[in-house]
Amino acid sequence: MNEVQNYGPERKIEFLHGTTTLAFKFQHGVIVAVDSRATAGAYIASQTVKKVIEINPYLLGTMAGGAADCSFWERLLARQCRVYELRNKERISVAAASKLLANMVYQYKGMGLSMGTMVCGWDKTGPGLYYVDSEGNRVCGDLFAVGSGSMYAYGIVDSGLKQKDLTVEEACDLGRRAIYQATYRDAYSGGQVNLYHVHSEGWNRVSQSDVLMLHQQYQAEKA
Amino acid sequence: MSYDRAITVFSPDGHLFQVDYAQEAVKKGSTAVGVRGKNVVVLGVEKKIVAKLQEDRTVRKICSLDDNVFMAFAGLTADARIIVNRARVECQSHRLTVEDPATVEYITRYISSIKQRYTQSNGRRPFGISSLIVGFDFDGTPHLYQTDPSGTYHAWKANAIGRSAKTVREFLEKNYKEDMESDTDTIKLAIRALLEVVQSGGKNIELAIMKRDESMKMLAQEEIEEYVTAIETEKQKKT
Repeated sequence: MNEVQNYGPERKIEFLHGTTTLAFKFQHGVIVAVDSRATAGAYIASQTVKKVIEINPYLLGTMAGGAADCSFWERLLARQCRVYELRNKERISVAAASKLLANMVYQYKGMGLSMGTMVCGWDKTGPGLYYVDSEGNRVCGDLFAVGSGSMYAYGIVDSGLKQKDLTVEEACDLGRRAIYQATYRDAYSGGQVNLYHVHSEGWNRVSQSDVLMLHQQYQAEKA
Repeated sequence: MSYDRAITVFSPDGHLFQVDYAQEAVKKGSTAVGVRGKNVVVLGVEKKIVAKLQEDRTVRKICSLDDNVFMAFAGLTADARIIVNRARVECQSHRLTVEDPATVEYITRYISSIKQRYTQSNGRRPFGISSLIVGFDFDGTPHLYQTDPSGTYHAWKANAIGRSAKTVREFLEKNYKEDMESDTDTIKLAIRALLEVVQSGGKNIELAIMKRDESMKMLAQEEIEEYVTAIETEKQKKT
């Protein structure tokens, strides 16, 4: 088994894999919920990282993996989307936007990019959600959770999404709950839960809740 | 040898002579007419008279670019072949990167930008063709665009290019009705327009139609003859 040296020019770069980001489609659009902790080994580097990138008023991208990789490529994607809009006089579809991103990073496959992002938006075919990563994967889906805390988040969302026809309020609560549970059990996730809702007119930032406050709130509800 | 010099240069009074000469080449080509109806788009071309030993069906002036777009051209056939090939590839590229069929306007813009590039390149001459590009976008709107050797394009309700284009266009201006509901009327208009300038009637007309959500259909000789007979009868009734 090849050993990766953790010093010298060949050393592995430390990444933001410690994270929980999730997004799911529902009747009234897409909910995007993320945590805000950045870790470097066992050290918490920041509790206030913005892991949702606002590509344009109707497209969002989430950040997992290398922060620089994610924000750089998604900003480049924003530029491409704007050029598309100007040339074709209509908004770019979520499928096309995610395809552009996937094709951009595919050229760097194997060169050490680390990016696991969800492209979320609303276009003329309705709500759109794609998972794109630096390995070259691009998958369409109704629900994705990415990062070290993703398993805990899946547990909550999978059980919560069983009921059909969630209201916006219920869907937001579900997303918030899922991230909270992930931060509860995963050491590498924490800070605040940033929640966004994408609907036909675009996205809006629903809330930013500190997980410690959420903890108190949920404990009180249990009692 | 000065192959690195541009062939298309400005004249003192602001003309691009090579482009103008290319347009002259277009005027020598056989006529093509296009009509945009409400639910159908039609392209008709004047078939060139073939030599006795030549196989009829090998010279096709109407080419499909994708399931929803097709085009006809007037001018140098060899130049058209290049444009058609590039446009066909671009339609598929578009489908691959954007996961949607190209709109008629997009592919027209692409063809026009190729043509423009050749008016501003080293050692190359402009393309000697004008084209009529018709089709339906995936939201169902019909379109008809015309491009010319300079690289400009415009949308039209009905237009003609090639030999006697002026006569045909005047005929279309007189006889085009807004929002022709009936497919038959649209097709008949295209045929009547071509009959104005084509010798010996229906035998020398090639026609292609596309209805919304259907693929392009080349009309068979007999079908064209049927329309021609119907047109003749109508003419008789009027006089």
